[in-house]
Amino acid sequence: MCEVSLDIGEREIFALLGSSGCGKSTLLRMIAGLETPSSGRILLDGEDLAAVPAHRRPTNMMFQSYALFPHMTVADNVAFGLRQLRPRMARAAIAARVDEMLELVQMRAFARRRPQELSGGQQQRVALARSLAREPRLLLLDEPLAALDKRIRQQTQFELVGLIRRVGVTCILVTHDQEEAMTMADRIGILSEGGLVQVGTPGEIYERPNCRFSAGFIGETNLFHGRIEGDRLASSDFPQPIVFAAGAGASPPSGGEAWLSLRPECVRVHRRAAGDACVAEHPGENVAAAEVAEIAYLGGRSIYHLRLPGGRAMIASVPAAHWGETAPPARGEPVRVSWPAPDGVLLLR
Amino acid sequence: MRAHPASAQGHGRFWVGLLPWAWMLFFFVLPFALIVNVSLSTPDLAVPPYVSPFAGTTADGAPAFRPDPASYARLGDELAALATPGADRPYLAAYANSVLLAALTTLCCLLLGYPFAYRLARAPEVMRNTLLMLVMLPFWTSFLLRVYAWMGLLDSSETGLINQALLGLGVVAEPLPLLYNTGAVLVGMVYSYLPFMVLPLYANLVKLDLRLLEAARDLGARPATVFLRVTLPLSLRGIVAGSMLVFIPAVGEFVIPDLLGGGSVMTIGRSIWDDFGPNQDWPMAAAVAVVMVVMLIAPIVLLHRHGRRAGRGA
Repeated sequence: MCEVSLDIGEREIFALLGSSGCGKSTLLRMIAGLETPSSGRILLDGEDLAAVPAHRRPTNMMFQSYALFPHMTVADNVAFGLRQLRPRMARAAIAARVDEMLELVQMRAFARRRPQELSGGQQQRVALARSLAREPRLLLLDEPLAALDKRIRQQTQFELVGLIRRVGVTCILVTHDQEEAMTMADRIGILSEGGLVQVGTPGEIYERPNCRFSAGFIGETNLFHGRIEGDRLASSDFPQPIVFAAGAGASPPSGGEAWLSLRPECVRVHRRAAGDACVAEHPGENVAAAEVAEIAYLGGRSIYHLRLPGGRAMIASVPAAHWGETAPPARGEPVRVSWPAPDGVLLLR
Repeated sequence: MRAHPASAQGHGRFWVGLLPWAWMLFFFVLPFALIVNVSLSTPDLAVPPYVSPFAGTTADGAPAFRPDPASYARLGDELAALATPGADRPYLAAYANSVLLAALTTLCCLLLGYPFAYRLARAPEVMRNTLLMLVMLPFWTSFLLRVYAWMGLLDSSETGLINQALLGLGVVAEPLPLLYNTGAVLVGMVYSYLPFMVLPLYANLVKLDLRLLEAARDLGARPATVFLRVTLPLSLRGIVAGSMLVFIPAVGEFVIPDLLGGGSVMTIGRSIWDDFGPNQDWPMAAAVAVVMVVMLIAPIVLLHRHGRRAGRGA
């Protein structure tokens, strides 16, 4: 595990996103106290948790496979954490709290059942009730929806976020599913090989990725590799140097290696007569001739797989309305692609 | 059981399903019936030394069944004599000794075997098979040899290894009476039966989902609570299975009490041996054995009930 420095705000839902094996679960387990970091600090409201054993930390975790106790009823599972509280909680108070939690996740009718008798979605709700029962200051969710069917996952995402917001608990969730992270989280941290590469809102990361990894991990993108020459990127993949808009920071060094990320929906596709010369209509526009290789029709929009003169592939997402009354170009037809410079994002790593 | 003669697969299943029943019939039901028959016989000075209850005929020559309950009556008399203090009850005493010894052995095996099996189940996966081999290694030498080895260790004379070491170190001035007492028998029994406790416990604990223990810790349970509320209840089946595997053969154990106890510990195995051998009272020995089997079936039925209950919960 490399160095990760991270600040998470009160009542925030923060997603740690990364491919499997990147250390995101390890980070979560360190926060829970189930694993010990070799160095560094974990501060919760300014208090260092490093020396606090797992059972005394004010955090609770919902495990990936839920880890419900198979030898206890649903009610006993939820009550387990409450029974460990010191000073002891009165029996009646525990029962009332269990009732309240099961009501919250709409599982009261199942209080006397065993976890094995429940469906995956019901188990997930019991696991959530159990991890919320102790009113943790920080709720940790490890791949909360990974064990569910794809069919019910999407609906559960919204339910889960709704519940977490209602309770008002600060929450860190770990996932490898970018859609899950974007739906559920206020902010996302992207982890790669044990290091945090970018932190931001889903919109910030999608629109302004700071590296190739972020750009490729969240959503699809076209990447052009090349060298910087002034305010252009000379790429062997593209017919002419690509104009880019310099970011707010210092202008990138000329001659350096860089990548340009271009989201598919930023690519404009137009019909073109064969042999038509493609020249920019105004400065700051990138233009190229291309050919339609493949079209995936998705209803409201279509994904065009295009081929540039050099053979390089490019994808464009085009809304159906774009074509108006005219017929959209078919496979094999020549087209003209363009995008204004500010739509491309220059990445230096 | 139902046969499906319609398909070849059904045939195979039928015969394979029959195997355990055939085993039970030939190696338990029939021998047990023979023993019951002997237990209801009358002792006689002949070869074999008893008259079967089926031996006689009725007045008109038809086969008759005349059981002799005298042996059971002796056990009944001992039970009745419980009210009289000081009365001699050799068989009841032997039963009590055996059950107590077996219970103590089971308890010691559990207390020693549980942490043993737990460590084994938590060992790195590559080491587990090696460690399991080590647990089973004693089985590679003869059981009798291992008991004799304990005699060599515990011997109270100058030749006993432990006593020699203690004398040599000057810890004791006189050799300790380590052999030929209940303690020696218990040591030998625990040593011999420990693997039977460790193996089922290991099989159970190795399957234990570690995330459940982490979940318990995360929910505020101290290590002791995690063990008592999660690990222990989830390994109950292994505990019951291991205890049965130790307790049942331990009740009837004959060799260890005889060799390490040197006759100081009267067990049920010993009294059966005496009646079959020197006393030539086969019906009595058989009756004692029958009562022991009936006594042992009770815990098995209990285990079965427990298994069914746990099965419903799971």
